[in-house]
Parts: sequence; structure tokens; C-alpha cells
Amino acid sequence: MSEAPGTSMRADVAIVGAGPAGIAAAIHAAGAGSQVVVLDAAPQPGGQIWRHTERSALPAVARRWLERLDRCGATLVSGAAVVDAEPGRLGVEWRGRGLRVEAGAIILATGAQELFLPFPGWTLPGVFGVGGAQALLKAGLDVRGKRVAVAGTGPLLLPVAAALSRAGADLRMVAEQAPPEAVRRFAASLWRTPGRLLQAAAYRAAFPTVRYRWGTWVRRVDAVAGELRVTYASGQSAWIEPVDLLCTASGLTPSLELARLVGCEVQGGCVVVDDRQRTSLPSVYAAGEPTGNTGVEAALVEGSIAGLAAVGQEGSGATKRLLAERARHRRFAEQAAVAFRLRPELRERVEPGTIVCRCEDIRLAALKPEWSARQAKLATRAGMGACQGRVCGPALHHLFGVEADTVRVPLVPTSLGVLAGLTASHDESQGVPE
Amino acid sequence: MTATIRISINGTEHRVPEGTSLAAALLNAGYPAFRNSVGGEPRGPVCGMGTCFECRVTIDGARGRRSCLEPVRDGMTVVLGE
Repeated sequence: MSEAPGTSMRADVAIVGAGPAGIAAAIHAAGAGSQVVVLDAAPQPGGQIWRHTERSALPAVARRWLERLDRCGATLVSGAAVVDAEPGRLGVEWRGRGLRVEAGAIILATGAQELFLPFPGWTLPGVFGVGGAQALLKAGLDVRGKRVAVAGTGPLLLPVAAALSRAGADLRMVAEQAPPEAVRRFAASLWRTPGRLLQAAAYRAAFPTVRYRWGTWVRRVDAVAGELRVTYASGQSAWIEPVDLLCTASGLTPSLELARLVGCEVQGGCVVVDDRQRTSLPSVYAAGEPTGNTGVEAALVEGSIAGLAAVGQEGSGATKRLLAERARHRRFAEQAAVAFRLRPELRERVEPGTIVCRCEDIRLAALKPEWSARQAKLATRAGMGACQGRVCGPALHHLFGVEADTVRVPLVPTSLGVLAGLTASHDESQGVPE
Repeated sequence: MTATIRISINGTEHRVPEGTSLAAALLNAGYPAFRNSVGGEPRGPVCGMGTCFECRVTIDGARGRRSCLEPVRDGMTVVLGE
């Protein structure tokens, strides 16, 4: 299905991201007879949640959606990084050159990334995000015999702990920061969706002898004599345990760089959409994680709604059913957000000497609490490094309520050649010779 | 068994399984730190998906490549410590 594009493409609908939301959007928009192009940075479609090298390794539901994507008639451009955008137009780096995409409608299905919260020792080699650990595991990381701890919060802890254990890691601890009563209440609420309960039980069964503690969190990590010494805290007690690898989970945060660049309204860290997934800009839609972290089922539903809406089919009976489903998923997400709310002790871990911007090694003491993200950037270079504030932006937002600053082009580092190529295709369309 | 290919890390040759990402291959080869921060601290991969930019290395002379996004290729020359 993947076709080799030239230097420019035109489509009725351009979808950014081939995770669950983008896949569902593509299937529904193409199913209505529209020309659809899907741009995705990874070599394979599926997004982070359905990341794979062999499709056979994926759960059946993922394989079914990917097969529908194959057959739906949409053009998938894998390995495509969007570096510039405005309504109706995307500038893309693809195979080392510039690709210009023009579309009647754009659907932002850019997914989420891990939220990393600074604490003493979070920059040490061997400290990963749980999503990072899982991605590296799928990409061939050998953890056999390594002493590993998984600590943090939320529904990602158990599957990653299970995957590490199955891969042969010497799993020492799984620590959930949420208090036991919150986790119990959340588990009790799952009676409506027994599938989720069974899944959690299956993950737990993969490491039956490993400690799984609720109300326990990592206070700091120190590198001593070639190992990581993790200081755990629970209630008033604190203790130290050595590991080789520490996987931390603070939850997910929507990937909003593209939405911000295009100029969509963002509130409370999410793209604002109406009940047809329309953003504040005409012909720009958003679906899945960018609208709030609601998980894969909600992403599939929102993608479907956006795909139909982008081709003018939003009044269909299918949409009505989808809207009811979306409401159900959102209620679940709200319950999860309450259960796994970050405890205040996690904020209090940050010391004046703790690095908060890891690209520029800016420590907390260098920032003034009253500064905006822009002021912090201008005064200290915080957020001006290679990651463009993708890590420290959400961290400062969650720790201190600082709103993220605007983004700049290119969204990911690219070559001058690619940027020149994108500009050249502007000029061509205006009849200017090269 | 997966086929193995050869890559060079800081001038030393390593055999790694095909289909591995470069970041995973470097960790497997015993390099937890890939680069030095602005302030000279050792850093290694964190996010595994191209967001954090901590896994940057020099690949075949090209600096600043995110090793978590690069599959290993036979004959790849990698230099750490940017």
C-alpha cells in the first residue's frame, strides 16, 4: 500500500500518525471514497502502543485494524517526519528529502509520549521510562539477569513489569505510588469491564513472586560502584535497594507540538475539540491522545469520528453509536486519572540542585517560580535544547503549572537540504524557476 | 536463529542480531552511557521513541542521530561521547 511519493502530494484528508486513532480515521475517511494519505514517523504503522517488527507478535485486535488499514485504499507514508505545518499544508521529511502535502482536511493523531518528572538521579544512565524500556525491549534489548525495578504510577506498570519478567529480567520491585485505597477503588470499578481486570491479573501472574507494592515511590537514585541505588519511600519509612535498571512511569502526556505549531487551541495540556473532533481551526481535526489521555479504545473511536467528520459524514448513524462509546471511554479515563493522581511527595523530591532541563543541564535553583516557560527559556536556555522542551515542558507543567511555550520549525531536526526542498516546492507552485 | 551483522562501536567490532535498534545494541554491548551532557554528565537513552534526544550518537560520520530510531545495519560505524 505504501507508495513512493514525489516531492509533493495532494489528498482530501492528510492524517498525521498511524497509531490507533490515525488508523481508524484513515479507514473511515477512505471508506467514504476520499483520497487519504497517512504520514507516520515509524517504519511500521501501529503507533507506540502497537509498535512491532513482526505483525504476528501483535494482539488480534491490532492485527485486524492494521489489515483494514492495508485494504482501505489510504496511502501510508512510513518514515515521514512532519517538520512544518499550517492548515491545509504539511512540510514533511521523507527519506532525507522534503515532501509537501496539501490536503482539504488534516487530522492530528500524534499520540502521546511519556511524562518524565525530575527527581534526584533521573538523568543517570540506566534510568528509563517504562514506555522506553518496553520500546527498547521490543527493539532487542537484552535484560536477562539484570536487576530491574519498575516504579511510578498507572496502567503501564503491570504490562511492562510482565514483559521484563518474561524477557528474563531479575525483577526486584514493582512500586505503584497511588495509595492502596485508590488502587482498590479503581479495581472495584472495573467490574463493568471484566476484560481489563482479567488482563491486569494476567500481567500480575507473570511475576508472582516479585513484590508489588502500592503507596510506594522512588525518592531518589544514586549511582554508586556501578549500580543504581534506589531510595524508596512509603508512608514515613524510606530504604535503599540496588538495581541495574530503573524504569519509571509518571503517566503519559499528549504530543502537542504539531497542534501548537498549526495553531489549534490547547487548554490544560490537551487540544480542544468539539463532539466531532473538530479543533478551533477549520478543517483541522484531532483524535486520540492529543485530546486527553484516554487510551487505545477511545483513540479508535475518536479516530473513527474524525475520519467520518473530515469527509462530511459526521451526521451518520455510525457517529451516534461512536459518540456513546466515546462517552463511556472518557468516564473510564477520568476514573483512572483520579486513582493514579500523582501524590504531592513526587513534587517535593525535586531539590535546588536537581536538573530539570536535561538538554541544557538547567537546575531547579536557576529557575524562578514566577517565570513563564518563555521567560525561563530566555533567561536560562531551559527548553531550548535538542528535545525542544518535549521533556522539561510537560514536567514543568505538571510540577509547577507552567504552560508550555510555543514551538518552532523544524519540529524535529532536519537538514537544510530538506528545508530548502520544502521551500523550493513553494516556489515551483508560484512559477519561480529553481 | 536471527542472523548477526557487524557494527563498529568506538573502533571495536561487535556482532549484533539483525533487526535490533542501535540503542538496544549499544546497551547490550555494555555501553550504558552514549553521550555527555552540556555539563559533562554521562547520559543514556530514556524514552526509546525519539522524544528525549538523550541517545544521540555519531553514525557513519553523521552527528546527533537518535540511536533508538536507527535499526542496526551491517558495517555501521558508531562513535559515542558527543
